[in-house]
Amino acid sequence: MLLIPCPHCGDRPEIEFRNCGEAGIVRPTAADDAAWTAFLYLRSNPRGLHAERWRHVHGCGRFFTLHRHTVSDRFESAP
Amino acid sequence: MAETIIETLPPGTRLALRAAPEPAARLSGAFGVVLPPPLLTAAHGGKRAALRLGPDDILLLAEEGAAASLLQALAAVPGAGPVSLTDISHGQIALRITGPQAGELLNEGCPLDLDPATFPPGACTRTLFGKAGIVLWRTGAAVFHVEVARSFAPYLRALLDEAAADLA
Repeated sequence: MLLIPCPHCGDRPEIEFRNCGEAGIVRPTAADDAAWTAFLYLRSNPRGLHAERWRHVHGCGRFFTLHRHTVSDRFESAP
Repeated sequence: MAETIIETLPPGTRLALRAAPEPAARLSGAFGVVLPPPLLTAAHGGKRAALRLGPDDILLLAEEGAAASLLQALAAVPGAGPVSLTDISHGQIALRITGPQAGELLNEGCPLDLDPATFPPGACTRTLFGKAGIVLWRTGAAVFHVEVARSFAPYLRALLDEAAADLA
């Protein structure tokens, strides 16, 4: 089982967490179709380090950002 | 090996306290336990206990029937600041699991490391047992206190009984 490092609770089993998608998606302030399409639908889906939001839903309940390598599933510090 | 005992505890008072450390500390006197305890640990005195489950998430346990008077007393604390206090006494029930194999029994459905070195007496946390969210509090070397939503209690109890039969 994957151990996910929660900043408050330490390494915890993955079933306590929910993945909340890519981190750093900024909501557009202007009513611009292209910007909203990107905000709603376009994600980077990299092969490599991926910044992700996670929620420790069956634990402290907090949201936090982690960098996971999408090939090895290892959590690494920010590049 | 001594038997593992699973027992349902009598009803009690439970209050969900959401408060930053500073406002929580001002409620210590009214509750009778020093608030907030360090993260993921419980503080207790007499029949009352405070379980710090997250940075601003504290579960208060008290004797049966104390909810109304406690809510009144805690709300009356002057300058307590922004806190949220909710009576959840009837929403969940408590189980006590006692025995030298209590940790192994819980590990049948909960993947947490319950070794006394990493989860010592006094440690508490929200976690999962099977599909049910629980609050797990180690009250002694071989004693665990489990809080579970009332609707999940029959499911949890059935899983625990089955696990106990497997260990026996």
